[in-house]
Amino acid sequence: MTLDVSLTQTLGAFTLDVAFTAPAGVTVLFGPSGSGKSSVIQAVAGLSRPDKGHVKLDGEVLMDSASGRWLPPRARRLGTIFQDARLFPHMSVARNLAYGTRFAPRDAVALPRDRVIDMLGIGDLLERRPHSLSGGEKQRVAIGRALLAAPRMLLADEPLAALDEARKAEILPYFERLRDELDIPILYVSHAAAEVARLATTVVVLEQGRVRRVGPAAEVLGDPEITPMGSGAAGAMLEARVVTHHPDGLSELDADGLRLLLPRVARDPGATLRIHVEAQDVMLARRRPEDISALNVLPVTVRSIRMGDGPGALVQLDAGGNLLLARITRRSVAAMGLAEGQEIFAVLKAVSVARDGVG
Amino acid sequence: MTLTGWLGPEEWQAVALSLKVATWATLASLPPGILVAYALARWRFPGRHVLNGLVHLPLILPPVVTGYLLLLTFGRQGPVGALLDPIGITFAFRWTGAALAAAIMAFPLLVRAIRLSIEAVDPKLEEAAATLGASRLRVFVTITLPLILPGLLAGAILAFAKAMGEFGATITFVSNIPGQTQTLPTAIYAFLQVPGGEASAIRLVVISVAIAMLALVLSEVFAQRLARRLRQ
Repeated sequence: MTLDVSLTQTLGAFTLDVAFTAPAGVTVLFGPSGSGKSSVIQAVAGLSRPDKGHVKLDGEVLMDSASGRWLPPRARRLGTIFQDARLFPHMSVARNLAYGTRFAPRDAVALPRDRVIDMLGIGDLLERRPHSLSGGEKQRVAIGRALLAAPRMLLADEPLAALDEARKAEILPYFERLRDELDIPILYVSHAAAEVARLATTVVVLEQGRVRRVGPAAEVLGDPEITPMGSGAAGAMLEARVVTHHPDGLSELDADGLRLLLPRVARDPGATLRIHVEAQDVMLARRRPEDISALNVLPVTVRSIRMGDGPGALVQLDAGGNLLLARITRRSVAAMGLAEGQEIFAVLKAVSVARDGVG
Repeated sequence: MTLTGWLGPEEWQAVALSLKVATWATLASLPPGILVAYALARWRFPGRHVLNGLVHLPLILPPVVTGYLLLLTFGRQGPVGALLDPIGITFAFRWTGAALAAAIMAFPLLVRAIRLSIEAVDPKLEEAAATLGASRLRVFVTITLPLILPGLLAGAILAFAKAMGEFGATITFVSNIPGQTQTLPTAIYAFLQVPGGEASAIRLVVISVAIAMLALVLSEVFAQRLARRLRQ
């Protein structure tokens, strides 16, 4: 299932002019606030009318300024999850969940209610009223409500932005489950690098109403060109497989031939997961360092060096086909005499696992 | 002592007619009241200010003027009255006319209360309902209406109380015919005009005060319920 978006919209002094294609999986619209991410979601959902452009889902035209076709939100069947959960305050959780079900077409393939409730862990909340729920609980109910309307696609407009860190950590795994367990494409708006790294299959980078970059998550996040967007995003995102657990509490992972040691990962050997290596956690060395505490020292090739405006520089590295990013100083670049194509070593100070599982 | 025993037949007639007039005035003005309140709260259209002014006009005009305008419009010779008369709908000097006058006079209060409660409903909730597949009508019935219900009831109670007490427009439009168009306030007025009518007038005054107090208390209770309901 593919979403094809092309929009032009003038909102006061701000012009939105974007075009991208969202394939299956999670497509994250990423960019700083004010970059037009939410305007895109609004237009796709049918909550605003762009001046020009089209939105097509698997070839079906949801809107097209050329032909004048414009489907109202109710006819689009795109499950929308908002930043503020927007639960109906006069209905219990159970009635909120059931709300969209009755409007779904008969032939729509809806997920079984029990499965959704189970997946989101909201079975104990059904009789409660929205005002008695925590922010995280509200958002889980909102996700369930959107899913039970048998949507063809999910739209999530910064669903974690209004939550504190603890609640964010509570909700993020549920989106990972949606991505991994359901066959519903998700268009997800975020300005938080951590969410992008953990969720994205495809990343669309927006800046001042324009698309700066579209591509597979690993490629876009490992691209030094996009790092000014949100420096925290810089880093590598790798798919890794658990090889074995060592008796000293470390787990050995394999990412396309790259062997990594991590503190024990709570997954069985053979399981695949996402790991994130942030650019500031990568040190570089000309010779293989010895007698150091870091466990992961990898031979890498310098692919590109990008000098920042300040004292920093970003170095893109190729580690056996995987892309890594290192944030070092310009002074170090000069002192080490780094150049493209050079073979050096990367020392990973920290490797984080996109925390998996809900239970 | 029953109410009918305590009141003389003419007094009782006035109370019963007032209740009938106010009930019909309130019920009949609810649908247009909701529509106008919704339009004023949610839609941006040319003439919105004109509509708002028209709705509030009876609040500002001397009631006698409103009554006279009603007579000109809905009297048998009036443009609307002449149209309706052949199909059996007559307002002039009938209880239906009293209900119409009461409805017009109470309309601003009704619209104001409903409009305020619609404005307190977050349009984002209505948007959310639309993305879940609900049509505009369904959104209104399942989301907007339940959320404004306490405000709507408070408005209806205020309108009912206003309709019970309407005097100027009523007496001008439909006169003061006992058993036909003589409502509580016009009856009180009539009793005060005849020697020895004070006792009857006092009894009707007591009833008026009781109804007004009850309406205020009820409308306050519903308004508080609305506040609680909208607090998410």
